[in-house]
Amino acid sequence: MNAPFYKLGYFGFDFSLVIAFVIGVGFGFFLEQGGLGSSRKLAAQFYFRDMTVFKVMFTAIITAMIGLFWLSWIGFVDMSLVYVNPTYILPQLVGGLLFGAGFVIGGLCPGTCLVSSATGRIDGLFTLFGIFFGIFLFAEGYTYLSGFLYSTSLGQLTIPQLINLPHGLILFLVVLLAIAGFVGAEKIEKKFQKSNEGSQQ
Amino acid sequence: MIREKKAKPYLNPYLAGVGLGIVLLLAFVIMGRGLGASGGFTSVLTTGVDAIASEHASENDVYSSYLGDRERSPLTDWLVIELFGVIVGGFLSGLISGRIKRTVEKGPGISSGRRLLFAFLGGTLMGFAAKLARGCTSGQALTGGALLSPGSWIFMISIFIGAYAFAYFMRRQWI
Repeated sequence: MNAPFYKLGYFGFDFSLVIAFVIGVGFGFFLEQGGLGSSRKLAAQFYFRDMTVFKVMFTAIITAMIGLFWLSWIGFVDMSLVYVNPTYILPQLVGGLLFGAGFVIGGLCPGTCLVSSATGRIDGLFTLFGIFFGIFLFAEGYTYLSGFLYSTSLGQLTIPQLINLPHGLILFLVVLLAIAGFVGAEKIEKKFQKSNEGSQQ
Repeated sequence: MIREKKAKPYLNPYLAGVGLGIVLLLAFVIMGRGLGASGGFTSVLTTGVDAIASEHASENDVYSSYLGDRERSPLTDWLVIELFGVIVGGFLSGLISGRIKRTVEKGPGISSGRRLLFAFLGGTLMGFAAKLARGCTSGQALTGGALLSPGSWIFMISIFIGAYAFAYFMRRQWI
């Protein structure tokens, strides 16, 4: 096993911050290039006008997912050293629903609002202020929220481990699902383009 | 700053996705962790609260967990530096593509003031929700999604359900 480099002690904390900056630049760059720094473009996803968010997000997920699976399969990456987000079913379900509503109200998410602000969008800046205020409300109300926050815990595990199926099979199904989603997204966009042209003429 | 320069069209979404995926993969391989955003925001907020009301910050479970043993500032944090990179990367990308523009993005049926109010309210809801879910679209949906974490997939699917369900009420802001 040769990776993850940081966890194997190839470099220390200070250099990890240099890596953080470089990774961040790449992250911000591709978000902006893909159009994810534009609130109108992001919001259009939720009216079936522009499926860019879905396409960028799922292409990124399957790229990283397949790459990591392959690197672990050839014995390069020790998967047990890669941090997997723990699962808390209800907090993540309720959090997701609220986040989704906030997304269509605000038009940007925490990462993309930075890109939006960096390219001069004032609405991105106001989303950023709002996010700080939301985290502030959470922290101040933490006493009342902590019970719910730690409920329905499954711990750190993956979908293949949860339902006891081979990792490769789940991966294959996710890729199939994503491809079906991409085909659907292209069809939806074409349909809306046609109806838009029709209404304008 | 940059005027009358014609904005280039966005990159093909699948290419942008592959680029983003490779950045995420590099984070896994080099650091053993993925990307994030809301966690870094909490570090920044904690620093602010600590500066204004240090005692209050120490007594609060959320802030104190981000303050740690106070050996170094919460700003000396992987996610905070990564977010600084996101701002720089986003700006550079906008610069080379001629997309830096001081504007308020909105649909035709809403005033700029109301749009900014909604941006703030939506942000507030997302900030709160991201803390509840232990991450946002970066840390949960993208990172946890690629790692096949069940909770991250629940979060991601719930985002789409929540957004599509609420989209009708926001239609005048966008279309």
